[in-house]
Amino acid sequence: MALLEVEDLRVSFATPDGQLDAVRGLSFTVESGKTLGIVGESGSGKSVSTQAIMGLVRGARISGSALFDGNDLLTMDSEALRKIRGAEIGMIFQDPLSSLHPYYRVGWQIIEMIRAHDSSIAKDTARTRAVELLRLVGIPQAENRVDDFPHQFSGGMRQRAMIAMAMALNPKLLIADEPTTALDVTVQAQVLEVMKRLQEEFGTAIIMITHDLGVIAEVADDVVVMYAGAVMEEGARDTIFYDAHHPYAEGLLLSLPGYGTRERLVPIAGQPPSLISLPEGCPFRPRCPYAFDRCTETPPLLDVGDKDDHGSACWLPADRKARAGMRHQPATKRPVAKRAAKK
Amino acid sequence: MTTGTSGDVLLRATDVVKHFPVRSGSIFRRAVGAVHAVDGVSLEVRQGETLGLVGETGCGKSTLARCITRLYDLTSGTVEFDGADISKLGASAMRPYRREMQMIFQDPYGSLNPRRRVGSIIGDPFAIHGIASGQDRRRRVQEAMELVGLNPEHYNRFPAEFSGGQRQRIGIARALALRPKLVICDEPVSALDVSIQAQVINLLSDLQKELNLTYIFIAHDLSVVRHVSDRVAVMYLGKVAEIGPSEDIYQKGRHPYTQALLSAVPVPDPRKMEGRARIVLAGDVPSPLNPPTGCRFHPRCPKARDTCVSEDPPLIPRLGDPPIHAAACHFPVEVGEDISLSTPQISESERVIEGGLIGNA
Repeated sequence: MALLEVEDLRVSFATPDGQLDAVRGLSFTVESGKTLGIVGESGSGKSVSTQAIMGLVRGARISGSALFDGNDLLTMDSEALRKIRGAEIGMIFQDPLSSLHPYYRVGWQIIEMIRAHDSSIAKDTARTRAVELLRLVGIPQAENRVDDFPHQFSGGMRQRAMIAMAMALNPKLLIADEPTTALDVTVQAQVLEVMKRLQEEFGTAIIMITHDLGVIAEVADDVVVMYAGAVMEEGARDTIFYDAHHPYAEGLLLSLPGYGTRERLVPIAGQPPSLISLPEGCPFRPRCPYAFDRCTETPPLLDVGDKDDHGSACWLPADRKARAGMRHQPATKRPVAKRAAKK
Repeated sequence: MTTGTSGDVLLRATDVVKHFPVRSGSIFRRAVGAVHAVDGVSLEVRQGETLGLVGETGCGKSTLARCITRLYDLTSGTVEFDGADISKLGASAMRPYRREMQMIFQDPYGSLNPRRRVGSIIGDPFAIHGIASGQDRRRRVQEAMELVGLNPEHYNRFPAEFSGGQRQRIGIARALALRPKLVICDEPVSALDVSIQAQVINLLSDLQKELNLTYIFIAHDLSVVRHVSDRVAVMYLGKVAEIGPSEDIYQKGRHPYTQALLSAVPVPDPRKMEGRARIVLAGDVPSPLNPPTGCRFHPRCPKARDTCVSEDPPLIPRLGDPPIHAAACHFPVEVGEDISLSTPQISESERVIEGGLIGNA
């Protein structure tokens, strides 16, 4: 059985402009010891879906199920959920400065985290554990730095302290929401390294939420590509990177600068749709270079390719060649600046 | 650097230094130290080229850009623009040059006043420099909007009615309205989603060709910098560690820091990632309040030796590199050398790592 099984998750908010469907029927599974990468742009619902699972979203209508170790997190009472949150499922967020309390020492915050879940642990024991954790995530002179305030830590150290805190109770699942987005690449490399090492050592499952396909390529075993609140494509990492089926997944990969070439980039035309008034049928249809008649009907996640874990919410044929033939002419050049050139 | 890409030198920075004093005491506010944000940078930018500026947070790349445009006064050094020394000009003498150099900022939300209409935002440069007014200004603003792919009919809309990518286009239209020669792009695509990023990068390169613009392109995304730049300068702690044609830097970087920085970039290609040796640097960037002696990179450098602790390496061509490729390193990396296997040849006690840490906020 998978560690976490999310089935048909829907999250919607009532706004003055109408109902906003942030997540529209999301399903995925996370296996123990594996990393699931969730990739998507802003507004794709990647963060709000995990926050909803953790009971951290207020004022939303949530439906579906999220079975963690066989128990549904969505129907659980808040007391039971609180016991799981932090202890069984750890979380790391993007901005480590606003996730740490500026008035309390880093060590104190880790100790509090440990004792909040098990008050029988003595303060001394918890402190020893805090030092151990900081050392584990590579904080130099952990026994001294444990008494520092968050502002005395650099950005990378803060994020590592957050990881230490999330790992304090040895959770089965770690949800990392853009954990390295605010960091420099060199520090990002260190943080990803720490996460990988911890996973190897403790067998923690990780959900890595990010917009950075490079990070996904580095850490994920399986990948879910989200757009406008729904899964566009899912599959093993290499399948997504080398055998993507969905035009959105393909478009994301194509829009990245090639390594060493300075050829013109191939952007995805247009902009993501408003979640209040989604286009009829496939949400990607207005931007899709392959769109055809059938796309006004919403495609379910269909099996494509020979691998049974590869699914794509697209009506296009599974065969790559047949697909290529259906692509419209590549987007024409920008129809502007003629007047400016004349000047 | 004598030879380079075509075109004359548009901008020359010579030994630019910018220190920010750190003050203490409640009444006299004595300066007790200085943040060495930019510490002796010399470089040239030629007409029509793109110079990429990369480095970690706090390396001084944005400060350097602000010194070049004289948004900051220099502590010492000179900046020549189009042959004229602008480093000591006063506000009014500086004004004609301001037309010629414009900036595009990172945050398309913070850099546009939410309560003003787009037409008036883009019209600002005309108003400030007293160039066109009335119908004429409106026409020229709409031309600028068209230039960047915005619908000129949206003249009367507010920034909030535009998406992030479109807002960045507004910022670009404002910067280009007066047809500057030099545009400094400070993280122009970092706040945008991947699919929108490509649109804006293409726009910037189209405009460069059409208007013969010169760019200084600052970004922390190294693959974007590689894509847009003719030449790249790698900065570390307020100094240029290495500068050269972009493919030279990316393929045969001489400075160990260049190599470490590039090896840390995650490549969206799992198969390529697997065989790659990653150089994980120990520790954090030292404090610019009290930079290390000698080569500033020595405390974290896998190739450091005693010379590196005592002598600051000059920025000169190394190992038979062409004159346009210079590195500030005593022991530059040779082709095929794997520095992830190197260990420093100096005793640990000499490596002054803890000098206080810079914050990220």
